[in-house]
Amino acid sequence: MTANRLAESLLALSQQEELVDLPKDYLLSGSEDEGDNDGEREHQKLLEAISSLDGKNRRKLAERSEASLKVSEFNVSSEGSGEKLVLADLLEPVKTSSSLATVKKQLNRVKSKKTVELPLNKEEIERARTPLEQEIFNLLHKNKQPVADPLLTPVEKASLQAMSLEEAKMRRAELQRARALQSYYEAKARREKKIKSKKYHKVVKKGKAKKALKEFEQLRKANPAAALEELEKIEKARMMERMSLKHQNSGKWAKSKAIMAKYDLEARQAMQEQLAKNKELTQKLQVASESEEEEGGTEEVEELLVPDVVNEVQMNADGPNPWMLRSCTSDTKEAATQEDPEQLPEPEAHEVSESEGEERPVAEEEILLREFEERRSLRKRSELSQDAEPAGSQETKDSSSQEVLSELRVLAQKLKENDQSRKQKASSEGTIPQVQREEPAPEEEEPLLLQRPERVQTLEELEELGKEECFQNKELPRPVLEGQQSERTPNNRPDAPKEKKKKEQMIDLQNLLTTQSPSVKSLAVPTIEELEDEEERNQRQMIKEAFAGDDVIRDFLKEKREAVEASKPKDVDLTLPGWGEWGGVGLKPSAKKRRRFLIKAPEGPPRKDKNLPNVMINEKRNIHTAAHQVRVLPYPFTHHWQFERTIQTPIGSTWNTQRAFQKLTTPKVVTKPGHIINPIKAEDVGYRSSSRSDLSVIQRNPKRITTRHKKQLKKSSVD
Amino acid sequence: METAPKSGRDVPPKKDKLQTKRRKPRRYWEEETVPTRDGASAGPPCNKKNRELRPQRRKNAHILKKSRISKKPQVPKKPREWKNPESQRSLSGAQDPFPGPAPVPVEVVQKFCRIDKSRKLPRSKAKTRSRLEVAEAEEEETSIKAARSELLLAEEPGFLEGEDGEDTAKICQADIVEAVDIASGAKHFDLNLRQFGPYRLNYSRTGRHLAFGGRRGHVAALDWVTKKLMCEINVMEAVRDIRFLHSEALLAVAQNRWLHIYDNQGIELHCIRRCDRVTRLEFLPFHFLLATASETGFLTYLDVSVGKIVAALNARAGRLDVMSQNPYNAVIHLGHSNGTVSLWSPAMKEPLAKILCHRGGVRAVAVDSTGTYMATSGLDHQLKIFDLRGTYQPLSTRTLPHGAGHLAFSQRGLLVAGMGDVVNIWAGQGKASPPSLEQPYLTHRLSGPVHGLQFCPFEDVLGVGHSGGITSMLVPGAGEPNFDGLESNPYRSRKQRQEWEVKALLEKVPAELICLDPRALAKVDVISLEQGKKERIERLGYDPEAKAPFQPKPKQKGRSSTASLVKRKRKVMDEEHRDKVRQSLQQQQQRHKEVKAKSTGAWPSALDRFVR
Repeated sequence: MTANRLAESLLALSQQEELVDLPKDYLLSGSEDEGDNDGEREHQKLLEAISSLDGKNRRKLAERSEASLKVSEFNVSSEGSGEKLVLADLLEPVKTSSSLATVKKQLNRVKSKKTVELPLNKEEIERARTPLEQEIFNLLHKNKQPVADPLLTPVEKASLQAMSLEEAKMRRAELQRARALQSYYEAKARREKKIKSKKYHKVVKKGKAKKALKEFEQLRKANPAAALEELEKIEKARMMERMSLKHQNSGKWAKSKAIMAKYDLEARQAMQEQLAKNKELTQKLQVASESEEEEGGTEEVEELLVPDVVNEVQMNADGPNPWMLRSCTSDTKEAATQEDPEQLPEPEAHEVSESEGEERPVAEEEILLREFEERRSLRKRSELSQDAEPAGSQETKDSSSQEVLSELRVLAQKLKENDQSRKQKASSEGTIPQVQREEPAPEEEEPLLLQRPERVQTLEELEELGKEECFQNKELPRPVLEGQQSERTPNNRPDAPKEKKKKEQMIDLQNLLTTQSPSVKSLAVPTIEELEDEEERNQRQMIKEAFAGDDVIRDFLKEKREAVEASKPKDVDLTLPGWGEWGGVGLKPSAKKRRRFLIKAPEGPPRKDKNLPNVMINEKRNIHTAAHQVRVLPYPFTHHWQFERTIQTPIGSTWNTQRAFQKLTTPKVVTKPGHIINPIKAEDVGYRSSSRSDLSVIQRNPKRITTRHKKQLKKSSVD
Repeated sequence: METAPKSGRDVPPKKDKLQTKRRKPRRYWEEETVPTRDGASAGPPCNKKNRELRPQRRKNAHILKKSRISKKPQVPKKPREWKNPESQRSLSGAQDPFPGPAPVPVEVVQKFCRIDKSRKLPRSKAKTRSRLEVAEAEEEETSIKAARSELLLAEEPGFLEGEDGEDTAKICQADIVEAVDIASGAKHFDLNLRQFGPYRLNYSRTGRHLAFGGRRGHVAALDWVTKKLMCEINVMEAVRDIRFLHSEALLAVAQNRWLHIYDNQGIELHCIRRCDRVTRLEFLPFHFLLATASETGFLTYLDVSVGKIVAALNARAGRLDVMSQNPYNAVIHLGHSNGTVSLWSPAMKEPLAKILCHRGGVRAVAVDSTGTYMATSGLDHQLKIFDLRGTYQPLSTRTLPHGAGHLAFSQRGLLVAGMGDVVNIWAGQGKASPPSLEQPYLTHRLSGPVHGLQFCPFEDVLGVGHSGGITSMLVPGAGEPNFDGLESNPYRSRKQRQEWEVKALLEKVPAELICLDPRALAKVDVISLEQGKKERIERLGYDPEAKAPFQPKPKQKGRSSTASLVKRKRKVMDEEHRDKVRQSLQQQQQRHKEVKAKSTGAWPSALDRFVR
């Protein structure tokens, strides 16, 4: 058995050597297997040979070990026969022909001749000529790297030799397991990826987020420094989120949901959730739920960072631009992974062997995994390494805990401030620019801020104005109110000019209605007042009270604004929804398109009541009156003003004296009933004619009588 | 023109020739055998007459223009140098001390001129210009004639004038009655009708007849001058308002449910159920429209000549109980509880204008006869006078101790306000000026709170309906002293009234013509005109009124070579181009100036950029 063993170990060694010699071929792990199988077979053969030693020389038939569909001469195996089958034997003719013997000899001779060795080979490698080469050789020598033929370093060779067969087997088994696991994992991932249920993904994500949160909580309790790091991470993630514009209902999914949201309650809820999430994520320093990719990103960022608080400045400097960091690291990683197969194996193995007791297979596994990752997208990098890494980093990050605590305090303060600012925003509806506070007393000022009027409409303003004026009119001393006003004024400063402008117009209207006009001194005062003084006073009071509430001015201005809006010419929108892009319920044509096809209505003439705050003049065309007006200009007039001048004087007897009326209405042609009207003659017009031709000319075109004709006419008349 | 008389005197033979050249147009009914010369001398034809008139008028116009330029207030005298030798010589040989037509005061003429010369016309063709000249000459002539006929308006308005410093408001009715003649004194009277509640009253358009209706159903009409009762009935229903229609023969009464129409005998002619719960009535005499404002918020126009409802407009402002008409343009003014006064015409579904007048509701509205001023009083105890000529701004405002519940304008612009049981009257400085609210002109206390007010047309009388009956009080200077005998004659007979009725019906103005500017009919519908033009251009394919491109005239003696033609064309084109450039430059400069004028107001502050 010892011999057996020996043979086995020898075989294994040779195999290993083979493997090591061809590191590139580690992918082709099949060859290894084959080798393994061969060994086994050999071993079996040997055993058989030994067993056959006891007399019974039974020849075993060759059996087929692999399945094949065809049994043919091409798949012949020589196993079991105990002798090797050589192709040359098969090719040889059964009988040797003498004619070919000479040729064969010649060929053999040629074969036996050795090829000329290149003389340069060794010297070239050994001798480095250029400085770069020298450097490289130096480096290689220093690290005891193989320069020439043996590709393994001595250390590697040693380690290889140190490994026993069992170990090798164990390694192999481990490797196999890892591979299997990997394939399982891969399959699982693929399966999970195929799952289309959003709910499932949601649940998974939520679970992850919860888990992360729990972990963070635990971490905070156990290790504040690490927690701080984590917090930083979270912050980073939040920043990324803010930059990434995710969860803003602008993606494809969100758009599709937006369409459905009108009808589907669930979709609406989903959208709202999304929005809430966005809000949550974009809020400053809230524990964000990390998604896979974010984690990965932050992980990468973290890898670069020096964990100490001292270096935070630098980190912060880097902080605002996570993209740069990310891209940078990812680039390097990518480059590394690309270069992996050629360069990395040695140093990595080296590293592994140096740092820990772990040996090659681990590195191999890592390599394998990385390769696997390479095939996958960058985002889906495996968690295995990531899970391992933070644990390692945490240990190193255990620095002065006091500093961390102070940091935490600072953070907490920040949080508080943020909360306050948010409150403020909420109170001022976000439209007003943040008011610069002079004294740090936010609690006191908040109610005031809340009291501030929202600049939604001018009407409120108006009302306030009116009230103020009322107060002024009444001349009631109101110190409290004035104080408030004085306090308010600095706050309103940016809006002050606008207010003033508004005031200028409106005060006019106020003046119109509220000016105290001098009362009339009447000799005869109405008796009712004398008789029932108190009642009258009561009544007056009642009237005032009754009309204090409904602000006449406000109503009127509102009505006027509406009327103005209604009378404005409308723009014509010629956009065809769905023309050149997708259309449907809830889908709007793009802004660009709308802008392009919007025909703006020309600005009409200014309204007549533009500068009259208390008047609303109807600008509609009175079509009934227009029906009675002249709409065609008569002949000699070219402009309607000219014609209007001629019709402005009335000719009726109501507006004129009898004589003028008669004169204005005298007919141009007076006819007398009962008389025959003869046709017109040239003499009637004022020409005496003798020749017929002349007459015809005149009759045809009496206006255009040329000078020649006139002359002729004159002549004829003289005659 | 100036040479015309000279030539007539110097060269008599020339006149003959002139006559031969310009013969008098022969009328077709005149015998052809009549020799032309004889005809000229025998019958004075109209044309000749016209020719005679024309130089006179032209002369006159010329002088008027001159005087207008010099802006002399005094009456321009007709120059004497224009003398017709033939007309000067009379039979007796005496000379006319005031030859020529009588002089006319410029201001009076101006009053009758209606052509708006404020707008400068674009350059017009000779033919157009001649037409315009003719129109202006006609206007001049007619206005002069009208001004001359002002002489016939013999009566003059009179006013109470206090003896140095005496307040006219202190003068009571009894004093006035004592001072005036018996006939005028008889116009002040009181009707004590305490039984049937506060009265509304209405005078007929001639001012001769008075109709009044008590809240408790008492309706009566009488000839208030002679105190002759025409009818007296009780409609057994609440009477809200009463109004004469176009003549005193018809009477519209707004009763509790419906609108009823009675004749002057008290016989019910119609019950108009489409006008229900009417609170106020107005009659537009030239359109024959009865406007009714109802509790339901509808303003209904009823054409009384055909008995049709012309328009029913929803005012959308709740109950309507304040209404008056603008006598100038027949627009109805409605007062609302939200302090606005809205102006209505039957042609429009929406108000023509809305004016915010008071903080409280509007209690009364009145418009003066020229349509210039509107008086409003509101629940805020204020009395305001608004200018209705486009601006709608209050001219004067006074706070009354008790607020005015009723307002009315007289024909000559006196304003009366009924406050409780007191009536205050304010007068303006002149006829066209608004009443000044500083000092009341007259005051009077009645036996009950005022319920209706109206000045009697063509009389210095104010009728006041109150809870104690009717009071007719004398207000000197209230009425128009001269009436138009053809239009509204207080002394007309029955036959004359019938005649007038027919004529008025013939001259009825269509209801659609009611709008803010009553002279809109003398304007061209520009929008339709433009539209028509555009359509014509489209139809023809070119603009027939466009200026034709310049075509050089052919010239002789080799100057019409192609090169010279082109040169001439180019010259014209260049000139046009230069004109255009000049114009645009001018416009630019003007704009620049405007900008400068704006910017010089104040230096822009650095903070201005924040002004939004």
